[in-house]
Amino acid sequence: MSEASVMTEGSSAHHAAEGGPKSKMALWWFLASEVMVFGGFLAAYILFREAAHGAWNELAEHLSVPLATFNTLLLLTSSLTIVKALDAAKAGRHIAARNNLAITILLGIGFLVVKGIEYSTEISHGFTPLAGMFWSFYYTLTGLHGLHVIVGIVINLSMLVSIMRKGERFKAGNRVEAAGLYWHFVDVVWVFLFPLLYLSH
Amino acid sequence: MAKWFPHNVSTFGGDIDSLFWLIFWVGLAWFVLAEGLILYFVIRYRRGKSQKAAYITGVPWRQSAWILVPAAVVLVLDLAVDAMGAHAFEAVKGESPQPDVRLRLTGEQFGWNITYPGPDGVFDTPDDLVMLYEMHVPVNKTVAIALGSKDVIHSFFVPALRLKQDALPGREIPVWFKATEPGDYEILCAELCGFGHTKMRGMLTVHTDESYAQWVRENWEQ
Amino acid sequence: MSETGHAEPTSFFRRYIFSTDHKVIGKQYLFLGMVMALLGGLMAYVMRWQLAWPGSQVPGAALLSEPAVVDGVVTPPFYNALVTMHGTIMVFFVAMPILLGAFGNYLVPLMIGARDMAFPRLNMLSFWILFTASSVMMISFFVPGGAAAGGWTAYPPLSARPLLSGVNWGMNLWILGLALEFSAFLLGGVNLLTTVVTMRAPGMTMWRLPMMVWMQLTAAIIFMLSVGPTIAGAILLLLDRVVGTGFFVPQQGGDPLLWQHLFWFFGHPEVYVILLPGIGVLAEVLPAFSRKPIFAYKMILYSIFVAGVLSFLVWAHHMFVSGMNPTLVMPFSVATILISVPFTIVIFALIATLWGGSIQLPTAMLYALGTLTMFIIGGITGIFNGSAPVDIYIHDTYFVVAHFHYTLFPTVLLGGLAGFYFWFPKMFGRMLNETLGKIHFWLTLISFNAVFLPMFALGIGGHVRRIYDPSTYDLLKPLHGITTFVTIATVCLLLSQIPFLINIVVSLTRGERAAANPWRANTLEWSTASPPPHENFVGDPVVMRGPYEYSVPGADQDWLPQMQDADTATTR
Repeated sequence: MSEASVMTEGSSAHHAAEGGPKSKMALWWFLASEVMVFGGFLAAYILFREAAHGAWNELAEHLSVPLATFNTLLLLTSSLTIVKALDAAKAGRHIAARNNLAITILLGIGFLVVKGIEYSTEISHGFTPLAGMFWSFYYTLTGLHGLHVIVGIVINLSMLVSIMRKGERFKAGNRVEAAGLYWHFVDVVWVFLFPLLYLSH
Repeated sequence: MAKWFPHNVSTFGGDIDSLFWLIFWVGLAWFVLAEGLILYFVIRYRRGKSQKAAYITGVPWRQSAWILVPAAVVLVLDLAVDAMGAHAFEAVKGESPQPDVRLRLTGEQFGWNITYPGPDGVFDTPDDLVMLYEMHVPVNKTVAIALGSKDVIHSFFVPALRLKQDALPGREIPVWFKATEPGDYEILCAELCGFGHTKMRGMLTVHTDESYAQWVRENWEQ
Repeated sequence: MSETGHAEPTSFFRRYIFSTDHKVIGKQYLFLGMVMALLGGLMAYVMRWQLAWPGSQVPGAALLSEPAVVDGVVTPPFYNALVTMHGTIMVFFVAMPILLGAFGNYLVPLMIGARDMAFPRLNMLSFWILFTASSVMMISFFVPGGAAAGGWTAYPPLSARPLLSGVNWGMNLWILGLALEFSAFLLGGVNLLTTVVTMRAPGMTMWRLPMMVWMQLTAAIIFMLSVGPTIAGAILLLLDRVVGTGFFVPQQGGDPLLWQHLFWFFGHPEVYVILLPGIGVLAEVLPAFSRKPIFAYKMILYSIFVAGVLSFLVWAHHMFVSGMNPTLVMPFSVATILISVPFTIVIFALIATLWGGSIQLPTAMLYALGTLTMFIIGGITGIFNGSAPVDIYIHDTYFVVAHFHYTLFPTVLLGGLAGFYFWFPKMFGRMLNETLGKIHFWLTLISFNAVFLPMFALGIGGHVRRIYDPSTYDLLKPLHGITTFVTIATVCLLLSQIPFLINIVVSLTRGERAAANPWRANTLEWSTASPPPHENFVGDPVVMRGPYEYSVPGADQDWLPQMQDADTATTR
């Protein structure tokens, strides 16, 4: 899904004189629809889980809470580092911006790596997406979330390249804020997925 | 227009039909009012040589009352329709009365399987009988049907009974009716179920007491 | 004023194919929508022929090949595909492209005094995504197994397992095509919302926005907030089909009703997404040809907002006999019937707009009146469906088909045509021929009623939907005459569009050149040339008043454009 990256280019630079921060507003609208998508999935998951009357608790025990907790910390930290990157960019401190953005990207990649470890462990124990309704939901929810993480990493990478190329001339406008907003959204979705999948008993 | 409906032979069909006609007459009244106003305005205010339009914004209360009052009337009528509807829906889909006859109806691509429990009245015993297409019941007796499907969603529809219920795979849905007149009444499938959807015809035969006893004798000869 | 960011392009490709100009893109949506309408209409024609004369050769069907059509005779699987694709195409590839894509894109920037949309390149991308989606849909007819055949509602398990429907790649492409269509309109919605919020000309407060802009805004918001669960459902359905999960398959622990909830949560608000721009057309055309302000502007808006919110709370009125918990039924039935309250306000306000007016009846106005009068029938017949016990009988019969065609068809076709005849001069710089227009109107209106009014009788008679051969049932044999009549009327409805097509071709090439404001209307698009220049306005629009200041007491003319300076009577 590369719409987000297309959206951020060519917008505020040209039309900044005419009105407020367009990229950010556009992203808020887009995120509202994304919330409904994830909401639809989560509602379905919750209803199925309720209907299972506790049977899914045993299945959820095969998930690794420690790994997922670590992943949660990675994502939360990355939200912090992207804020620092944006603040630095706005203040013109492009080295600090670059460094914090790089850390954000690394943390995102780390998240995906840990997720990959989780998946391979689970699959090696026979818990594939077809192993039952719980597993189908688990892989679908975390998989879609993972796709969103990948998109976020791509966006952040393109920003990083931009900062590295332009150095001092890099203008931290609304595009950058929009990217940060998207990354926070990805984080927030995980904050919902984590307890619903791993922690509900 | 009443003759467009198939003749009703169901105890709850009358409730459904009267609600239909209530909505029809109320709706017709609103139709005549609204369309009549449009027609009248278009003719009355057709642009003449020196006719000027009036600057009516609808903002002052005495103007907007013209649309708020109809809305209030509609609200009251809506609630009346809802009240009648709640009562009628409860009668059909709510607690079913104590059944006299039990059946199992299972839809599949592309036909209806009717399972009769036989004289012992219990399903899944050796005296069960499965028929394709034919549903036989006695008149004036409450019939309880356990409705299901083997594959996709079908829908059990008997127009003469004003009865419709989707049949889902993986679950059994209770349906009941009491037929008031003997006769043959067609069963249709009312949910697209594949390329044979058009063929899913069944026949409900409502027997008099004598002919029902005869039918039972014929099918469960010892 | 400030630079537009894109100078007017010169190459043919950049001007007409890959343009970022909202006016060009709007016309592209219009053209695409009209082509898809023709295809969707032809599908209905083939279906109707089969219904009237089951098993006969359909004229023109010899062009189609086996296995769908054998010797010109439609097969049952192909019939199901036609039913499915007719609905899918009309809702997603005709109604939305014309009402939101064409009217929204073309009019909104002009009506708010902006030079273009907030994101012109995104706008172009949105159109081409839709074009791809439309192509995917049409291509799905030609893959082995044919096009999707589970109804536009795609209920599983039929739609979840290729083995159950006989359709494999056609259904997968259907899901893909829809996903692309949703993406196109999500991006378009984001664009439109951002544009309206951030790019209004000075003086254009929210309360001075033309109704059309409000309707597009509200429709975009409703779409964006409702489509999510269906996207979730579509992904789950695709996984069921391609990966073998069982989200909707009971044998694997799944639930077919989950799909219905996820689909209809969007499905109902979606019909308001389509309806609102249609009301927008009425709200622009009726005042202009009554020479009066729109009646109760704010009250209409508040009613639309209430109806919009309510539309999210009624979805299960499509599921009264689905097997869902019966205790859920009455709340949904009550909420559904209550929607008639805000709509009573809207409809009566539109009618009151005519009251005391000075009414002219050009084709655009005839179509607007046709839309209003026919939609009223659609709305009233909705009450039958909303009442749960009555719905037990009429669900999945032709009564429902008649109801939704009496709401959708007036909105999309009659309303779309009202808008087309109204804004054609602005868009193309030419006037359409009025005589041909009136012939088109009367033929279309009469044929339309001839097709759909009898369907209420069919439904009451027990005629279920989506069946290939009604003669299977004794119950339906007496209704066959009506079915045949409806089919003949369908052919007439299609043929009635010929004067329209002739009108377009003749007017585009030899029509009278249009002035900037042939209808003497007030909204901003009429204060610039026909067609508008690339940057839309010469100089910067400044808005002085609301959009419906017609026949203001004391003014020397019966219209007062939004941009016009009151004392100097010059347009800025």
